[in-house]
Amino acid sequence: MATYRYRCFKLVFSGSIRRKFSNQVSQLPSETTAPPLFPGAKTTWTEQLTFTGKDSYDPIPVYRVMDEQGRIIEESENPNLPDDIIVRMYEKMLYVSVMDKILYESQRQGRISFYMTNSGEEATQIGSAAALNISDVIYGQYREVGVLVWRGFSLQNISDQCYGNSDDVGLGKQMPVHYGSKQLNFVTISSPLTTQMPQAAGAAYALKGTNRVVMCYFGDGAASEGDAHAGFNFAATLDCPVIFFCRNNGFAISTPTDEQYRGDGIAARGPSYGINSIRVDGNDVFAVYNATKFAKSYCLKENKPVIIEAMTYRVGHHSTSDDSTAYRSAEEIKSWSSESPIYKLQTHMKERNLWNEEKEQQTLEQAKKDVLKAFYAAEAKLKPKWTEMFGGVYATMPKHLQKQMNEMKLHVEKYKEHYPLNKFAKE
Amino acid sequence: MALNKTANEICSLCSKKFLGILNGISKRNSHFIYKPDTNLPIQGKTEKLNMFQAINNALDITLKTDKTAMIFGEDVGFGGVFRCTVGLRDKYGKERIFNTPLSEQGIAGFAIGVANMGSTAIAEMQFADYIFPAFDQIVNEAAKMRYRSAGQYDCGKLTIRAPTMAVGHGALYHSQSPESYFAHTPGLKVVIPSTAVKAKGLLLSCIRDPNPCIFFEPKILYRSASEQVPLDDYELPLGKADVLTEGTDITLIGWGTQVHVLLEVAKLAQEKFKVSCEVIDLVSILPWDSETIFKSAKKTKRVIIAHEAPLTCGFGAELATSIQEECFLNLEAPVTRVTGFDTPFPHIFEPFYLPNKWRCLDAIEKIMNY
Repeated sequence: MATYRYRCFKLVFSGSIRRKFSNQVSQLPSETTAPPLFPGAKTTWTEQLTFTGKDSYDPIPVYRVMDEQGRIIEESENPNLPDDIIVRMYEKMLYVSVMDKILYESQRQGRISFYMTNSGEEATQIGSAAALNISDVIYGQYREVGVLVWRGFSLQNISDQCYGNSDDVGLGKQMPVHYGSKQLNFVTISSPLTTQMPQAAGAAYALKGTNRVVMCYFGDGAASEGDAHAGFNFAATLDCPVIFFCRNNGFAISTPTDEQYRGDGIAARGPSYGINSIRVDGNDVFAVYNATKFAKSYCLKENKPVIIEAMTYRVGHHSTSDDSTAYRSAEEIKSWSSESPIYKLQTHMKERNLWNEEKEQQTLEQAKKDVLKAFYAAEAKLKPKWTEMFGGVYATMPKHLQKQMNEMKLHVEKYKEHYPLNKFAKE
Repeated sequence: MALNKTANEICSLCSKKFLGILNGISKRNSHFIYKPDTNLPIQGKTEKLNMFQAINNALDITLKTDKTAMIFGEDVGFGGVFRCTVGLRDKYGKERIFNTPLSEQGIAGFAIGVANMGSTAIAEMQFADYIFPAFDQIVNEAAKMRYRSAGQYDCGKLTIRAPTMAVGHGALYHSQSPESYFAHTPGLKVVIPSTAVKAKGLLLSCIRDPNPCIFFEPKILYRSASEQVPLDDYELPLGKADVLTEGTDITLIGWGTQVHVLLEVAKLAQEKFKVSCEVIDLVSILPWDSETIFKSAKKTKRVIIAHEAPLTCGFGAELATSIQEECFLNLEAPVTRVTGFDTPFPHIFEPFYLPNKWRCLDAIEKIMNY
């Protein structure tokens, strides 16, 4: 199986590309000419004036394990995960989708300030997370909550963060969905896109030789930032064991991919940085799992980076501040809903008698109950004490900040009726 | 940006020549006279070192004592375009002292990641003028990481070093003093040494401080600052200003190269006007030492702040406002700023641009007659 996969890999990364180039090269009188000695590239001469373009090689194919009906296409590619792991993967995906629906609605009712759903991308999150160890460090963008869920971040942790209450490990400092957990090796999310990519390369460099890899998630839009270029290039030149995992869901807010790039997606950029790349069906949880597992073992063995581009579709709106029907049709969204990764895995499981309609209903009911319970508990909790606003700017509070805090304390005492003190924990 | 990069590359290629010219000019007609630091922070063996050698010595000590420490940036491998990392790769290996691709945002981001994992990251920006591509990583990421995660993650083990300030002929992109851009960013520490002795002690403090620090090195001092520097390990406190000369009539505040201008101005003021100047090296821009500054302002009742950076929103503005708020009843004259002008840093007009001793002296005369 491993050999087969390696062959696949080779075909995608070197085979089709080299074949095309070597066709050109073979026409050259190379035996009579010494190769070029320029330090900038190891290559050959040509006397033909031609461009190398997007059409010089085939697009990178999408690796899949299951077909639309959830049937394994090549038995040799079946990861053969134990039944309980498959069921767990499915349940986590279902939980994420139920949680999304409830938290999305709660934002619509004004109960939390903001939310971002994961609809359609649950398999990219769960499939990749399942292929890693908890000691592997995650840098995310913001649409990866399933990774945290897989690692054990509870519905209560999630609800507490979205409410910014006193049990939020982030102490209510960031917007909802900006999760983080040192315990689970998930570096706290920040809003500026792509900043995490060169950081992930640096973290991977620091972790070299510890048998851990760094996983860095980002979207197709984020890949246009300068930091993506920096991250790829640093990871390649400094030999960093990092997996760059692109969620290519077709949109960056309203911007479709044909306004984002004109090459063959994100995966095709990999080889130009000297990074092996792979493109997978992001709606196929087994394909994502296999690719991540494969990438991780390569990273560890070679101390080199990998790019995985998971092709998927952002079924939900970009965020609660966005109505996506303003730039795409409801029919288009609907057609992808039926292609959903959850549906695909469910069909697969039903066929193997791992799942049935009864279990589905039970799990849905339980998930709803659990989410609502966590949600109401989070809503009832007090916010952290307001002076936490001044904490953690530095390792220890400098004098000028101490002074500002003391001034504010006096002011709040004087004008207390104008501040929402009853919602915050007491000093 | 493309031009930036070109200039950057040219500099690294012709650095030796560049330094040669730099050295020559600073000896022939620099705008200041370097006053060696005789205030030794520790006893023990010393050696005459200039600022780049003192920095190299601090980095050497760090690499020796902290096995997680690594140094990286553009061209640091062969010793750096200003020789600050010379010999370190041979001594500690290329896994710990290495060149990065030419990308400042990449260097800063990579450094944050290294520091996230608990390793000591010492990143170099080749010139402070080229730190701006990394502005997002420094301001939005490094500075806010501890705060936004409520202490779960931080990059306290990060130090960014960058050559700064005028050099005689550096023009727009080899002369800038960008400290006030960073002074507006909670979460960072910003430090600028004025002597070789201070450079070593402050850099070691920055590297070991549990907060991300930016260490701006006045590049004109790399070779011109030279004195006996203790060879042992020592640290100098961050956030602490240094009263260099005590005086009674007026307080002069500066940092980096400007400190040496002010020391000379103090002498001139004494000779010409019989005015006793108290000269303070601010040392730390963020957090800055308000206690020392206010104490001096209350005593002398007159303050001049001088910096190479442009006037508007320069760090002098923060100092002037704070002094005015805290020392209002003590002041006998308006707090005055002598600074670079609100123009880009020019090439051939540099002698007219800098807040040199004559402009500072002129300001003292006006303030004393106020």
